[in-house]
Amino acid sequence: MTTILDPTDERVPVERQITARTGDITGVIGLLDIAKPRGNILLDELEVLMAARYPKVEIKRYAKPTFTKPCPSDLRLKIKAECAVLVEGLAD
Amino acid sequence: MTVPCPPFALTDRAGETRRFPTARPSLIAFIKEDCHTCNLAAPLLEAFHQAWGEAADVLVLGQSTEGNDILQDRHGFTLPFLDDSACKTSFAWDFEIVPAVYWIGADGVVKTKLEGFVREEWQALDRQIAADLDAAPAAIVWADLPDWRPGCGSKHLDPEIHDKLQAEADDSPIRARRIEIASADDIAEFMFDQGFSDGLPLIPPTAERVIRMLAGTPRAPQDIVAIVPPNMAPVTVEKIAINAVMAGCKPEYLPVVIAAVEAVCTDEFNMHGVTATTMGASPVLVVNGPIRERIGMNMRLGALGPGNRANATIGRALRLVVRNVGGAQPGGVDRSTLSSPMKFTMCFAEWEEGSPWEPLHVERGFKAEDSVVTAFAMTSGPVQIVDQESRGPDQMGGTLGLGLESMFLSKIRRMHTDALLVVCPEHVATLTSEGPYSKARLRERIQAVTTRPMREMVANEISGAGITRAMAAKMTDAQLDTPVSKFASDAYIHIVVAGSDAGKFSAAFHGWVTGPMGSISVSRKIEY
Repeated sequence: MTTILDPTDERVPVERQITARTGDITGVIGLLDIAKPRGNILLDELEVLMAARYPKVEIKRYAKPTFTKPCPSDLRLKIKAECAVLVEGLAD
Repeated sequence: MTVPCPPFALTDRAGETRRFPTARPSLIAFIKEDCHTCNLAAPLLEAFHQAWGEAADVLVLGQSTEGNDILQDRHGFTLPFLDDSACKTSFAWDFEIVPAVYWIGADGVVKTKLEGFVREEWQALDRQIAADLDAAPAAIVWADLPDWRPGCGSKHLDPEIHDKLQAEADDSPIRARRIEIASADDIAEFMFDQGFSDGLPLIPPTAERVIRMLAGTPRAPQDIVAIVPPNMAPVTVEKIAINAVMAGCKPEYLPVVIAAVEAVCTDEFNMHGVTATTMGASPVLVVNGPIRERIGMNMRLGALGPGNRANATIGRALRLVVRNVGGAQPGGVDRSTLSSPMKFTMCFAEWEEGSPWEPLHVERGFKAEDSVVTAFAMTSGPVQIVDQESRGPDQMGGTLGLGLESMFLSKIRRMHTDALLVVCPEHVATLTSEGPYSKARLRERIQAVTTRPMREMVANEISGAGITRAMAAKMTDAQLDTPVSKFASDAYIHIVVAGSDAGKFSAAFHGWVTGPMGSISVSRKIEY
């Protein structure tokens, strides 16, 4: 028998559960622009459609400084504190 | 030893377990069969046992299974001859030379320790033991023995045995999880199955190999070197050493790998973005300074290609750290549309001695005697720049400029993107054929020959890339006639020298998004 050493970070992945679906849209909805070109245009349109369909929902806009780097933790915590739901405009 | 000797429990020739300490005075000796001096000492140890075996425990430990059989036959021991073929007790007692002899009091503290054979010392030991036990000296004719014989290196110090013992010891530097692979399994296939590989075979990272790898750096094995994107996992020196073993590195390469990991795991370099971009960027490592020669890196013929172990495995080790510790796997966070063979490995050394210019690391603020690794995020390369005809320095500079014009797309200019130009020795000779030709002049020349009116960047029927027609419609003729060069600044053009004496072929690496929104090249001093 041969014994080798684990080359990985040895972290056991956490299994995340999807948040339970409520069936309706309420509360504060965040729209996150990751700063990829023209992502804001998509989110502008989405904001107009959502405002028309869900007049009681408050919509907040957020933007990452750059799409090439992970979301700064301050921004991530702000979104978590302020929003019930987040819609993120991904790229590619 | 002023502290009590480590305890042991070993079997003798009859299979009986003998323990130390014994609560009596004891003479403990370590010998091995293929040592002439041990064979000289063996009858003396037997004589000691005959003389004092009633009052003291004379225990002799042999260091190999087959050797112990031979020693027993050769010397006809009646003394308790113990099996330390695993060398664990030898390792724990931490001596260097056999025969090693310890005269130990009933309290377990060493009174006298001898290594090798010096007749006067052994004779003095004989008298000391006799006095301590209030008994007669052993029956030895000392005059028949030589004055002095050197001992041999103890078997536990053989590299492969010592490293294994160190890995298993209580104070082992190894903390990584151990993975046992059944003897029926193929180790190479197992490592592929676990996803440890970049697609090529790996060297199994056994504890012995990792211990040897760790000897290549003065840094402590559990030092945290960096936080590795994209999983933001802390990486220790030990984890880097494990991946360096798998990549095929020698221990002396480890300091370069550590510095490279430090360089790419910075906010400036942005390894997360470099990994994730669909454009397919990878680190390109340039090594400068004395370590190039020390570890035998290639900076001459074929410097950018295969054939040199240091170049090939340092770059690969970095990639394996990012893959295995950082979790960057193709199809996972690595989203490259086509990717690049540079993602296997891309590392070379600058031929500073063949360069008319300051080496890259000195240009970047380090001392010439420092050893430094510089990481660039590059999406293409090496792209050949072929010119066998130019004889004038500015013609040569012009060629190198035109060679860079195709970066991304030839019509794209005013680029905020790094280029790494590797100038070959024959092209250097042409550049400097009429006197010094500075890097600043070469950069200016590159910018000059790639300058075109802005209107050539406007989208047209040939290519829709560049300035949109709508945007161009808002610009004046004067604006559209503005001359623009390939690079937004000369500072984006990085220049090094490498390659063989023969051949008029330089090469370029093309960058990614350079700057705080993308990646900035990073240099780190190599500590060894």
